[in-house]
Amino acid sequence: MTSSMLFNITTIAYFASMVLFVVFIAGRSKVVGLLATLVAWAGFAANTGAIAMRWVESHQLGFGHAPLSNLYESVVFFAWSILLIYLLFDLKYKQRAVGAFVLPFAFLGMIWAQLRLNDAIEPLVPALQSNWLTYHVFTCFIGYAAFAVACGVSIMYLVKVGKEEKSPSDSPAGGILGMFPSAKILDDLNYKAIMVGFPMLTLGIITGAAWANYAWGTYWSWDPKETWSLIVWFIYAAFLHARFTRGWVGRKAAWLSIFGFAATVFCYLGVNLILSGLHSYGG
Amino acid sequence: MSTKRSPIDALWDFFCSLKLTIITLILLAVTSIIGTVIQQNLSPQEYLQIYSETTYRVLNSLQFFDMYHSWWFLALLGIFSINLIACSIKRFPRVWKTVHEPVLTAEDSLFRTFSNVEEHVVSGSPADYRDKIAKLFKENFAEPVVTEKEGKIHFFAQKGKYSRFGVYVTHLSILIIFLGAIIGNLWGYKAFVNIVEGTQTTKVWPRGSNEPLELGFAVHCESFSVSFYPGSNRPKEFKSILTVLEDGKPVSEELTNRPIIVNDPLRYKGITFYQSSYGPTGDPIFNFRVKVRETGETLDLVARQGQMVKLPDGGGFRVVQFAPSFQNFGPGARLETVSADGKRSNFVVLQAFPEFDAQRGGDYIFSMGEYKQRYYTGLQVAKDPGVWVVWLGCFLMVVGCIIAFFLSHRRIWLTIQPVGQKTGIKLGGSAHRNQPAFELFFDEFKKNLKNEIAS
Repeated sequence: MTSSMLFNITTIAYFASMVLFVVFIAGRSKVVGLLATLVAWAGFAANTGAIAMRWVESHQLGFGHAPLSNLYESVVFFAWSILLIYLLFDLKYKQRAVGAFVLPFAFLGMIWAQLRLNDAIEPLVPALQSNWLTYHVFTCFIGYAAFAVACGVSIMYLVKVGKEEKSPSDSPAGGILGMFPSAKILDDLNYKAIMVGFPMLTLGIITGAAWANYAWGTYWSWDPKETWSLIVWFIYAAFLHARFTRGWVGRKAAWLSIFGFAATVFCYLGVNLILSGLHSYGG
Repeated sequence: MSTKRSPIDALWDFFCSLKLTIITLILLAVTSIIGTVIQQNLSPQEYLQIYSETTYRVLNSLQFFDMYHSWWFLALLGIFSINLIACSIKRFPRVWKTVHEPVLTAEDSLFRTFSNVEEHVVSGSPADYRDKIAKLFKENFAEPVVTEKEGKIHFFAQKGKYSRFGVYVTHLSILIIFLGAIIGNLWGYKAFVNIVEGTQTTKVWPRGSNEPLELGFAVHCESFSVSFYPGSNRPKEFKSILTVLEDGKPVSEELTNRPIIVNDPLRYKGITFYQSSYGPTGDPIFNFRVKVRETGETLDLVARQGQMVKLPDGGGFRVVQFAPSFQNFGPGARLETVSADGKRSNFVVLQAFPEFDAQRGGDYIFSMGEYKQRYYTGLQVAKDPGVWVVWLGCFLMVVGCIIAFFLSHRRIWLTIQPVGQKTGIKLGGSAHRNQPAFELFFDEFKKNLKNEIAS
């Protein structure tokens, strides 16, 4: 068993789970829903195992380091983080249908990593040889993953509310939407996920600043990546203030959450692939 | 009398407004993008390669080339800070009062302000329900304060009252971080220095200035080395061996021959030295083994690049050119020999192939031995007395965020009063944060109440 085999299993599991969630929503079979969740757990276990194994493999190559150092490693870790947050939300709030809108993010990440990204295990350049790498990447990605869940839930919300408004009768939306959580719950989940993501992003920025200070003597240098993380922070801070005090709920909050996740993805990938800076792992 | 507000009140209201907060946050986000698209702090020449002269002038006058220090970006941060302070000053006393002097007896007027209310009319007298409801509060929420007044029984219970202050901790933390950044800007500096192996410096050069700063002590570079991962050009480690000296003597054992690598800086007297760059300096020194073809005698000669070295027959040779990697054959040098009668010839020797020069058929067979290149180490030097203030702010921000987001101040009021022969039960509640979640909780509480009074 090698890490790349386990990563293949992970991708397949996320795909299967995604399909099963769609079947569950369409067919309303509780068994299928349970199966979808179990497959998601299996995929998460494989993902965890694969990352652990890659760590071991890097040690066997003689330059062991946490597998968080290049684009490939960060994307598979992002998929892992999304599943972690999703499964915790599933345990707490038991809204199974949400999986259909969150698993695709993890699956897209895995399939992109597997098909297009360089999966060679490479030794760390001097700047990355620090424990701060692990703290920084971990906190940032948990934040990103929570925003991904918030975005998935927001899309569900907009679909649900959009359909309900088209059929003005009081009858609860039937068919596919019947399995969606109520609009109120979706709205609440959006907020909850951002509430998890925002402090994690804050912590991610702080650990990044601490590391930069340790490595270069400057905790903040307005590098494009740093600046974009701050932009994302500003957007979600605006979201929270708008919500706390001006009652921005429902549709507006959902759009702001989707917009925030778009900025997050740009911060994660766009900055590496388009702009230049210190975070060159996308290069 | 004019009902118009005074300008000061208007200004105060402007700075207290949450709309201002949201607009400022969005403006900060949008303007920050500029600096990620336009490269910052290049030289005018470099900008003119990218932009036309007109564009350059426009962007320059808008301070887009150093926008995070531009007057308008700093002004935006200033407005943000004033807004933060004003909002906190305005709201804090009210919150303090809410927490420390809660309204224990809810009248109808208070109930009307809640979005979450429930009313029941049941048979029996108020006293019949007192214990049941106290138990309900205790089991499903928190120990209530019970007040009996004019035949009415009032219940009040709250949870997480201190979570109200999380937001102020967070706001304060931002101001503390700003303060730390200002301290660092006023009393700290960022500088750099290059030290050649075997030499020392007492000065560093601050960024953007030609005047060096005196350190007050000396930093001696014993050596610098760079290592690579086997079989690749990927650097593994940049390492300087430094010693800190005062009055010509090492200051401590620990700071003598101290290795400095990336991610492991050297600190002394609030000044930190970080491994940042390196480069070769001066000409390398080569060792050559020269075999006289006729006699088979060998000589070990040392040559500095360009310097003529005498050979036994009265001629000489010199290193014209050197490359650490000569067309993928490893280190190599181009030599020039001059014979006693002035005849010159030019050829290449490679360190990896010591026998190679024999084929040339010259009077001497050269093979290249070890060579020594002197390096300088490039160090970033930072002094930032505000950094601890920034970390304090960061710590408070995380703590404040956790309190503000994961805890909410939830309050429930319930009043039992006689309504004719029957008894009316009125229930109301609010949360200062996260209303939708509270609604879900309150629905559950209402259900429990219904079951309780029915039993």
